[in-house]
Amino acid sequence: MIAHLVDRAWLLSDSPQSRAQAALGSAYRLWCDFRANGPAFLGLVVVVILLLAAAFAPLLATHDPLIQNLGQRLQPPSADHWLGTDELGRDVYSRLLFGARVTLGIVFAVVVLVAPIGLAIGCIAGYYRGATDAILMRVTDIFLAFPRLILALAFVAAIKPGIGSAVIAIALTTWPPYARLARAETLVLRDADYIAAVRMAGASHRRIILRHIMPLCLGSLVVRVTLDMSSIIIFTASLGFLGMGAQPPSPEWGAMIATARRFLLEQWWVPLIPGIAILVASLAFNLLGDGLRDVLDPKQD
Amino acid sequence: MIVVDDLRIRFGDHDVVRGVRFSVEAGGSFGIVGESGSGKTTVMRALAGLNDAWDGYLQVAGVPLGRGRNADLHRRVQMVFQDPYGSLHPRQTVDRALSEPLLVQGIGDVDRRIRKMLSDVALPAAARFRYPHQLSGGQRQRVAIARALISEPSVLLLDEPTSALDVSVQAEILNLLTDLRAERQLTYLMVSHNLAVVAHLCATVGVMSNGEMVEILSTEDLRAGRTQQPQTARLRALSLEMN
Repeated sequence: MIAHLVDRAWLLSDSPQSRAQAALGSAYRLWCDFRANGPAFLGLVVVVILLLAAAFAPLLATHDPLIQNLGQRLQPPSADHWLGTDELGRDVYSRLLFGARVTLGIVFAVVVLVAPIGLAIGCIAGYYRGATDAILMRVTDIFLAFPRLILALAFVAAIKPGIGSAVIAIALTTWPPYARLARAETLVLRDADYIAAVRMAGASHRRIILRHIMPLCLGSLVVRVTLDMSSIIIFTASLGFLGMGAQPPSPEWGAMIATARRFLLEQWWVPLIPGIAILVASLAFNLLGDGLRDVLDPKQD
Repeated sequence: MIVVDDLRIRFGDHDVVRGVRFSVEAGGSFGIVGESGSGKTTVMRALAGLNDAWDGYLQVAGVPLGRGRNADLHRRVQMVFQDPYGSLHPRQTVDRALSEPLLVQGIGDVDRRIRKMLSDVALPAAARFRYPHQLSGGQRQRVAIARALISEPSVLLLDEPTSALDVSVQAEILNLLTDLRAERQLTYLMVSHNLAVVAHLCATVGVMSNGEMVEILSTEDLRAGRTQQPQTARLRALSLEMN
């Protein structure tokens, strides 16, 4: 079975011998389509590098990101400090690595919280229509009406500044578009003949939603989530910049820019480097999302 | 096997079906013909349980139909849809499509039944784990027929089962349906706008026009032109022109 995974002929077989082979074969075809898309593949490579950097930050870092050394402050990049040091003499390269953990952590916490909720609410509303739909969609509208930044600021003020508050604030304002997307797809899918066929076979509503409708909504949801990740990264950095996200001394890209902005004219590289990190990360997720849309979104066929 | 009496269906304030009545005996085959918008598919969807907003009396296999359906009825009545490109789930293999009715209804012996069903509808065993986009239109319609028959229903509803296929494939599918009916003693109710297709498969034909069933006649009478109503004569003339 494992040996088959590198066997192109087996994967692309015209008459697969099992469901697993059929599923792997179609996944492999998607992968081939995706790999042919240069920018999207670049995006994937950068995202993977970011993930590895975050995962192995303690091994890759040359210095402790929290250790201050006032004798070495605001150093330009050198052999000892690859990306220089900040205003407290901390190594920027090491802080960048550990900052990736904070940023990607927030991004994935939000996605894990938000995607299933949006998907479930959207599918249920679209499938049952009528009163259920009206109630769920009005609730969605209410959440959609919250201004994201103000809600985040209110949370931070009410609870405490930190990553947890940032995640909750972003999550509360991120799920409504997913619910709408899933609802719109479900409204079309529920009247398809293949859904009528499973209904006639006697499948329960639950089974129809979970096994027949949701898998078809997943593609466009994954695309949308991936594209949204870049805006979550930027929002996280904005909160950090305003001092509402990760708190010092914890390294966070937005907060790093905020504290270094005073040196923008003389030691310009200190705020520039975390800025580049934010740009690269959000660009990578955007490219990846665009590529996934080409491959996964059936409306493009 | 099927009794429809005074069936009325409204969509909004528009009467789509107005007092249709007909019956089909066990093992019989009944065709409903009519122009687009005459309400023929609506009648079928009510019998299929896909539309609950009807008034009147419906009975299938001796059981009067209510608004809800029970598992037994799901097993007895199955349907083949018009468009084979829209009636198979795009992300499910043939195997998955065929096993779903068996799993839902708790029928065991899935593997053997699927293999038998595929050979009964003359699909190669190699097609079992293909996705719909890897199949031709005729093959897809064979899968749809297999899916309808795998839970061994006694009534098969056919909603223009060949109209989306090209002519040579149409004949294959019609012959397949004829053979399956003989083998399995199925009762067919078929909807079509093509008189030739209906005449090929059905012994009796009901003509619908504007929500009413204006005439019920045997296929021989239809072929010979012994029609009573002007709508039937018009349909027949149109059909002869087309051929």
